[in-house]
Amino acid sequence: MPRIRLVLALCAAAALVTAAAAGAASINVVAYSTPKTVLAKIIQAWQATPDGNGVSFTQSYGASTDQAKAVAAGLPADVVFLSTGDDVDLLVDADLVDANWNRQSYKGIAADTVVVFAVRNGNPKHIKGWNDLIRPGVQVVTPNPFSSGSAKWNVLAGYDAQRRVGKTDKQAVAYVQQLFSHVVSQDTSGRNATNTFLAGKGDVLLTYESEALASRAAGQDIQYVIPRQTMLIELPIAVLKSSSNKEAAQKFIRFTKSDTAQELFAQNGFRPVNPAILKKYASKYPTRPGIFTIDDKTIGGWRAADKRWFDPNNGLMAGIEKTVGG
Amino acid sequence: MAASATPLPRLVERGSAGDALSLGFVTAFLSVVVCLPIAALVWASTGGAFWTAVSSAEAVAALKLTLAVAAAAALVNAVLGTITAWVLVRDEFRGKSVVDAVIDLPFALPTIVAGLVLLALYGPHSPVGVNIAFTRTAIFLALLFVTLPFVVRTVQPVLRELDTEMEDAARSLGAADRTVFRRIVLPTILPGILSGVTLAFARAVGEIGALVIISGNLPYKTEVASVFVFNRIQTGDRAGAAAVAVVLLAISFAVLLAVGGLRRLATRHERA
Amino acid sequence: MRKVGLRVVALGYLGLVLVGPLTMVFWRTFEHGFGTFWSTLSEPNTVHAFELTLLVAAIAVPLNTVFGIVCALAIVRRRFPGKGIVNAFVDLPLALSPVVVGLSLFLLYGRGGWFYGFFTGHGVQILFALPSMVLATVFVSLPFVAREVVPTLREIGEEQEQAAHTLGASGWQTFWRVTLPSIRWAVIYGVVLTTARCLGEYGAVAVVSGRIEGKTETATLRVQDQYENFNLAGAYGISLALAAIAVCVLVAMTMLRPREGAPA
Repeated sequence: MPRIRLVLALCAAAALVTAAAAGAASINVVAYSTPKTVLAKIIQAWQATPDGNGVSFTQSYGASTDQAKAVAAGLPADVVFLSTGDDVDLLVDADLVDANWNRQSYKGIAADTVVVFAVRNGNPKHIKGWNDLIRPGVQVVTPNPFSSGSAKWNVLAGYDAQRRVGKTDKQAVAYVQQLFSHVVSQDTSGRNATNTFLAGKGDVLLTYESEALASRAAGQDIQYVIPRQTMLIELPIAVLKSSSNKEAAQKFIRFTKSDTAQELFAQNGFRPVNPAILKKYASKYPTRPGIFTIDDKTIGGWRAADKRWFDPNNGLMAGIEKTVGG
Repeated sequence: MAASATPLPRLVERGSAGDALSLGFVTAFLSVVVCLPIAALVWASTGGAFWTAVSSAEAVAALKLTLAVAAAAALVNAVLGTITAWVLVRDEFRGKSVVDAVIDLPFALPTIVAGLVLLALYGPHSPVGVNIAFTRTAIFLALLFVTLPFVVRTVQPVLRELDTEMEDAARSLGAADRTVFRRIVLPTILPGILSGVTLAFARAVGEIGALVIISGNLPYKTEVASVFVFNRIQTGDRAGAAAVAVVLLAISFAVLLAVGGLRRLATRHERA
Repeated sequence: MRKVGLRVVALGYLGLVLVGPLTMVFWRTFEHGFGTFWSTLSEPNTVHAFELTLLVAAIAVPLNTVFGIVCALAIVRRRFPGKGIVNAFVDLPLALSPVVVGLSLFLLYGRGGWFYGFFTGHGVQILFALPSMVLATVFVSLPFVAREVVPTLREIGEEQEQAAHTLGASGWQTFWRVTLPSIRWAVIYGVVLTTARCLGEYGAVAVVSGRIEGKTETATLRVQDQYENFNLAGAYGISLALAAIAVCVLVAMTMLRPREGAPA
C-alpha cells in the first residue's frame, strides 16, 4: 500500500512540475525542417535583449506542410516559421493565423533564399541548368511536394524556369512530369532529402541555397549550382491567434526583421529581406538575372498555385505522381 | 485438481467483492488504454472513404511490399532460428551462455538505434564496403534483425524437453541424420517454429523505428505500410492512414488467432 | 563435422546480424573521442530527452505492473465471460504496429476525436504533450508482466492460497503474503521486459508527441532528430547510452529468465 502511495505522489509531482514549467513566459516556435541553426542563434540574440529577457523557447522542426497541419490539429504554437506562404494560408483557413499576416513588414517574410542544385563533388555530370536535370541517366532527389515546402518551391521553380525561356504552359507542365520521372527519392522534408543525398543517393538535390550552406557549415561535403533561371524563396513568419504569449511572440517576430537578426540570417546562409544588409553580403549571395517569385503572373501567387498544383486529388502534382510512380 | 473440490466454493464466495473490484479494474484499464483507441480507429475507417483509400495505388504497393519483405524475413529467420536453437540446445562451446543472451538484443535495443547502426554498417560509409541504404535489401536486413529472436525462443524450450531416446533409437536402426530430423524432431518442434514465425511476421509487418532512417521512403518502391501510415498522419490524411492501419490491425488479430490455435494444437499433442 | 557446420552457420549469422551492429555503436561513438561523447550527452535538450524517457517509463511501468498482476490473477483464478477477449486485447500490443497505436490515440484525442471536446474544454492537453506519450507507452508495453505471471500462477496452483484461507487469512493478506512472493520472479522478469520496451519505444510516441524539442522529445526521438541535423556524433552518443541500457537489460533477462520446470 505505501508503495502505491509513493508512486501516486511521484506522478502528481511530475504533473505539477510540467504544469508549472508551462506557466512561465514561453514561446513555442513551430518551424520547417532546415532553419534550426540560424533560429537558435536569433533566439539567443533576442533573449539577450530586454524584450526577450527571461522568455524561454521550445522549438519543433519538420516538413513545412506537415508542421502546419500539426498546428491545425492542435500542436501548441505561438510562432510559425514555415517555408511557404501556402502553409501559412493553411493556418489562416483554419482560423489560427490572422489573414493580415502578410501585411506585416516585408510582407510577413523573415528571410529569403533561392532554389539551387546541390551536386556531387566536382559536378561530374556537369549539371548547370534545368534541362540538365532531364538528361538520360541523371537521378534527382527532391522532397515530397505534399509534405514539404521545399518540394513545392522546386516544382514551381522547375515550371516557371521553362515559362521564362519561352515554353508554353503545356510544355512547362510536361517538363515537370519529365523531371519527376528522374526523381529517385521523395523524403517527407527538405532536411530528410538532404540527408538522403548526402548518404549517396542521386546525382543532384533540389534544395534551398540556405540548406546547402547550412550543410556545408555543419561539415558536410556539398557543392551547389545556382541555375540561371531560379526562384526567390520567401520564408514567412507569423504569430498564432491562439497564442497565450502573443505580445512576446509579436516582439520576437519584429526582432527577426531587425538589423541584428537580419545580419544573423545573412551570416548563416539566408538572404536578408533588409535590402541594405543584402547589399552588404552581395558577394556571398549572387543575384541571377532570371530570378522570379511566386507572384510571377505565370504562377499567380500561392492560392492559385496551391489549387492548380498541390490539390491532393485534382492537382497537377497528384496526376504526375500517379503517372510517374504507378 | 479434484483434491481441492471441497474448499473451492468458500474461496469464490469470500472473494466476491475483490472479484468485482479486480475485474472492474482490468476492464476499465483495458478499455481506456486499448479498447477505446482501437474503437476510434475502426470507427474512423468506416465509411465510403475506406475502400478508395485502401485500394489507392500507393497503399496497395506499400502493403504488398510490407507483406512480402516481412514474410521473407520471417521465413529466413525460421530456418536460421531453428538452426540457432539447435546449436544452443544440443551443442556445447565456450561462450554459449553469452550467445544465448545476445539473442534477445533485438528485444532490448531500441529500434531507432538498430536502424541507425544498420545504416552505419551497410550504408554509404560502410566499413565493409556494402552500400544498400534506401533499397528493399535494407528493409529486409532491418526486419531480419528485429525478428531474429522469435523462432529461436519458441523452439528452444521444445528442443530442451525433447527426449533424445527416440532419435538415438532411430539412428541405431540405421536412419540417416536427415531422416531422423525430418521424421522425429521436426514434427515435434513444428508448432514452435510456426508460432515463432507467425509472431515474427506480425512484428515485421508493424516495424517502424528500424526503417525510418534506412528505408528512404520512396513511394511504390521502398515505402512500407507503417511508414505510409506515418506519413499520412503527418499530412493530415487521417482517413487514408486509418484505412491502412485497420488492415494492419486485422493482420495482427489474425496472427494472434493463429498463434492461439497453434498453442492449442501443441498442447493437444501433450494431452493425447 | 555436421555439428561444427551448424555451429558456424548459427554463429556466423548471429555475428552478422547482431554483433556487427552492437559493435558499430561503440565504435562510431568513440571514433571522435570520449570528450565529444560527453558533451553531446550533456547538451540540455538531450538531458531533457533522457529525463522525459525516464519519466514516461516511471509512470508506465508501475501502471502496467499493477495491471499485469491483477489481470493475471483474474485470468487464472477467476471465471468470467469474455476471458478470450481479454486475452486477445492484452496480447494485441505484441502483434500491433506502434504507428497504428499512435494513430488510434491521435484519432481518439485529436481534433474531431471523441474525447477532444471534453479535454480541450477542461484545458487539458492530451496530444502533443505528456499524457498521450504515457498512454502510447502504456499501450505498447501492456502485455509483458501479465504474460509472465499467468504461466507461473497456473503452475503453482491454488493450494497454498486455500491453505491460507482455511487458516483465517483475509483476501488481502493472502495476496500479499502468499501469492505475491510466489510470483515475484515472474513479476520482476516482466518488469524488466516492460521497462526495456518503454525505453525503446519510438513509433507510437513519434506520432503523438509533436517532437517539440525540450518538451516532448524522448531519447529515441532525439536520436532521429540528431541524425537529421547532421549531428551524427549526437545520434551515436544517445544510441550508445541506450545500447548500454539494453545490455544491462540483457544481463538482467538472462539472470532472471524463468527456467522450464523449476519451482517459482
